[in-house]
Amino acid sequence: MKQRSLGLNAVSLLAMLFLYGPIIVLVLYSFNAAHLSMTWRGATLKWYAALVHDEALLAATANSLLIALVSTIGATGLGGLLALGMEQMPHRRQQLLEGGLVLPLVIPEVMMGVALMLLFVTVHVPLGLTTVILGHIVFNIPLVTIMIRTRLRKLDPVLREAAADLGADSWQVCRHVTLPLLRPAIWGAVLVAFTVSLDDFLVTFFTAGPGSTTLPLKVYSMIKSGVTPEINALSALLLVVSMIGVAASLYLQRREV
Amino acid sequence: MATFSTSPVSASGPSLSSTVPTIDIRAIVRHHGPVAAVDHVSFQVRRGEFFSILGPSGAGKTSVLRIVAGFEDPDAGDVLIDGRSMLGVPPNRRPVNLVFQSYALFPHLTVFENVAFGLRMRRVPAALIAEQVEQALAMVKLVGKERRKPAQLSGGEQQRVALARALVNKPAVVLLDEPLAALDQQLRQAMQVELKSIQEQAGLTCVCVTHHQEEAMMMSDRIAVMHQGRMWQVGTPRDVYENPRNLFVSRFLGVSNELPGRVDDVVEDGHLFHPADDQVPAFPVHAGSEASPGGSATWSIRPERLRMSRERPAGRDAVLNGFIEKVLFAGSETKYLVRVGRDRLWEARTTGAGESPHAPGDAVFLHWAPGDGRVFVE
Repeated sequence: MKQRSLGLNAVSLLAMLFLYGPIIVLVLYSFNAAHLSMTWRGATLKWYAALVHDEALLAATANSLLIALVSTIGATGLGGLLALGMEQMPHRRQQLLEGGLVLPLVIPEVMMGVALMLLFVTVHVPLGLTTVILGHIVFNIPLVTIMIRTRLRKLDPVLREAAADLGADSWQVCRHVTLPLLRPAIWGAVLVAFTVSLDDFLVTFFTAGPGSTTLPLKVYSMIKSGVTPEINALSALLLVVSMIGVAASLYLQRREV
Repeated sequence: MATFSTSPVSASGPSLSSTVPTIDIRAIVRHHGPVAAVDHVSFQVRRGEFFSILGPSGAGKTSVLRIVAGFEDPDAGDVLIDGRSMLGVPPNRRPVNLVFQSYALFPHLTVFENVAFGLRMRRVPAALIAEQVEQALAMVKLVGKERRKPAQLSGGEQQRVALARALVNKPAVVLLDEPLAALDQQLRQAMQVELKSIQEQAGLTCVCVTHHQEEAMMMSDRIAVMHQGRMWQVGTPRDVYENPRNLFVSRFLGVSNELPGRVDDVVEDGHLFHPADDQVPAFPVHAGSEASPGGSATWSIRPERLRMSRERPAGRDAVLNGFIEKVLFAGSETKYLVRVGRDRLWEARTTGAGESPHAPGDAVFLHWAPGDGRVFVE
């Protein structure tokens, strides 16, 4: 019994190491004083300092944050309304829509990117910040809708009936009962959508135009001239932001009202 | 006493009063798929009355309540509250409040906010809300728990919040859906008394749905017995219990000891009942004009109407002999299951203190007078 659990622990440890090994290496080397070298020359924060003075990088960061912010607001609004609207539909149509919602999540993202680019070109929308934001809204809507629907299904429909019985019209029911009870799910969806948008490369790659380079795109172009400790530092920072986002989202979703 | 037909009540007619009934339900029909969950149900509820709809689960009683509250629309018929038709009026504009079986308290709001919800929706001034909520909470004895969340309350306290949340709006009618079903037995009995006294004190008009016959009888001014979507009988608890209209009502409201047979020859003050079982001699019954001689019928008697003795009783009572099979001591009374035929087990009762006068295996005589039982023509 004891031995089996020891073996199990060893396997788990190896799996975790395999998962997080690259990340640990990346974070470690972001503190490496050596330039263009995989040998350790002592710890430094200079690469982090260098980030702050890289104008192009700062512009890309600003783009990324703007895109993430606007697309998150758009996707949460539309996805949330869709989740609320689906509740009112007959069961069959809900199932049909649900299938349609999952599809964008399972088709290869490259296809999604190409499709979006073709669409924008066809309807003569110049590629730029707007198209990137629209693209991000598209892939975030299913995520948001599914997360809010999960919560909505757990809500006792009797609560909405009780509110109506107490004199609330449908808007008041939504404002005073449904939305407050959905709040954790909504915030969770916001964080996930924001994080996914911040990290996205493929859809952004196909829908970006001049002046709309995002952080992942910038990293990709920097890496063509070699992996620098500066990129390590940047990646480490992005990682921290993403992890905080995901952790907060998990916390919000687990928390009961 | 009359013989009762098995047809359901048509439009029920409580005594005519000059005022408009608070609730006037006129032949409502509601289909769930091909099944008529509510089948031409009519009844009226007077102001200040506690009216219960009693029936087994699936009888359609919750549908009736939901139609009155406005959550379901009847396929036919009309619902009038204070003389005004409610057809097409959404739940939030009806002068009724429903106490849900699951209470449906808002988990994100405090006790105070829950009770204040209805007043806030109607934009009552805050000062007035505070005053009225306090009054309602005082009525259900929950003062001091205003800031708790529903999850921090016991089942009984949650029930009181649900009640306060409804009655703070001073609705024309309070609808109660199995109000005490979620409480344990002792709390349930205490709440029956309390709910009844709150209702009387506040002069509430209540329509209560329940499957618990004892509860309905203790709390209600009138009871409607519902089964398979139809209302079979409406009357005071005593009337419905003592004069059930048919076998279903008789069985649902209490224990019914029965003998199948037929009504025959007219004797001096009634008819003679011939049990199908040859072992049981014919006996006189009071059957009404509807009883046609020769028609098959079922005779029924309540346990408390049966008299039980060790010796064959003298006099004109009808007599059936049997053996005590089980003695069930229930505290204030003792129930006896008496074997009176190969597949016939009857229940008799004795009340009062002291040793049980009968033991299992004892041979006993059960006897009754012509007016004690009832005949149901099939």
